[in-house]
Amino acid sequence: MGGIPFPMNIALLRATWRHPEFRLGARHMVSLALGIAAWGLVTGVAMVKTGLSVPLALFMTFFVFAGSAQLAALPLMAAGAPMWVVWAAATCVNLRFVIFSAMWRPYFARFPLRQRCVLGYFSGDLNYVMFMKRFPDPEHRVPDQMPYYWGGVATNWVAWQSASVLGILLANVIPPEWGLGFAGVLALLGVMCSLLGERATWVAAGVASAAAVAAYALPLKLNIVVAIAAAVAAGLVMETAERAWKRAHRTGAGA
Amino acid sequence: MSTWEAILTIAGLGLITLLTRSFFLLPERELHMPGLIKRGLKYAPLAALAAVIAPEVLMTHGELIVTWRDARIFGLVAATAYYFWRRDILGTILTGMAIYLPLRLVLGW
Repeated sequence: MGGIPFPMNIALLRATWRHPEFRLGARHMVSLALGIAAWGLVTGVAMVKTGLSVPLALFMTFFVFAGSAQLAALPLMAAGAPMWVVWAAATCVNLRFVIFSAMWRPYFARFPLRQRCVLGYFSGDLNYVMFMKRFPDPEHRVPDQMPYYWGGVATNWVAWQSASVLGILLANVIPPEWGLGFAGVLALLGVMCSLLGERATWVAAGVASAAAVAAYALPLKLNIVVAIAAAVAAGLVMETAERAWKRAHRTGAGA
Repeated sequence: MSTWEAILTIAGLGLITLLTRSFFLLPERELHMPGLIKRGLKYAPLAALAAVIAPEVLMTHGELIVTWRDARIFGLVAATAYYFWRRDILGTILTGMAIYLPLRLVLGW
């Protein structure tokens, strides 16, 4: 078995569903579900509050399925911005997914184009982070990869969409001062902390935070792209410096 | 924006989700990526998360906050401490909210 591809028929669907890695992928995502749901709820409320009708908001949540891009597009749509500006903003906010897609490639390249598109479409931020933590090596444990992927994706999708729909329906009842968006920030914080390890990762996180704040005035959320670029550079510099230091140290000790 | 314009805009946004998330999955031929880029991109997800979190916690209306009386700061510190104590994300969210909500709702921070 060369790994289970996109579950196209009932037998494959059942095999994926029953695979222990599917459960594990789902379980890892369940611990994040509260944060995902809080953010979905906020996005659902925002869609209606910025003037979308309930059917349009439902269309948006099920079709677009990208919270940060939706939140960036909504005020522009409400302000009557030209369509291309809305699209440009969403594309900029989604640029991080372009970077992630390069990292997905070695895992998905063996599938045909249509399946690769489906796999790409459903891969949210947290799916990416959790999957790469479980399978750092694309060649390793290939049959486990797809069930784990779908377990995480299914959980993420259900948590996000059910909360988003709830937000759309209850938009005018939920008081904004509950600050539910903060729960979403905390979920991201937890995931971020789980990625902190070697010194270079701490430096990268610090540089990204500072750059994102410093470049906040840039339009179209480009500060996120600036922050990623700065952090990647900082991480590489740290890695190189640490390696050089270790080499020098070793030579020094050996002499 | 008319309803049809809104529908078209949203349809375009859906297409953008598809295209950005599968961007490097689209070509059939093998892509060669230099080792330096591969190593560097390891930091991208971490950076993206930090870049989303920092302005959400440290800024109000596009300005860096100048007061320590901000419920978000205390929520963030408590949540981070809990994470490194227990390494559990659900508990991290609950701890952060348990500190954040009373400060916000009762003290108005």
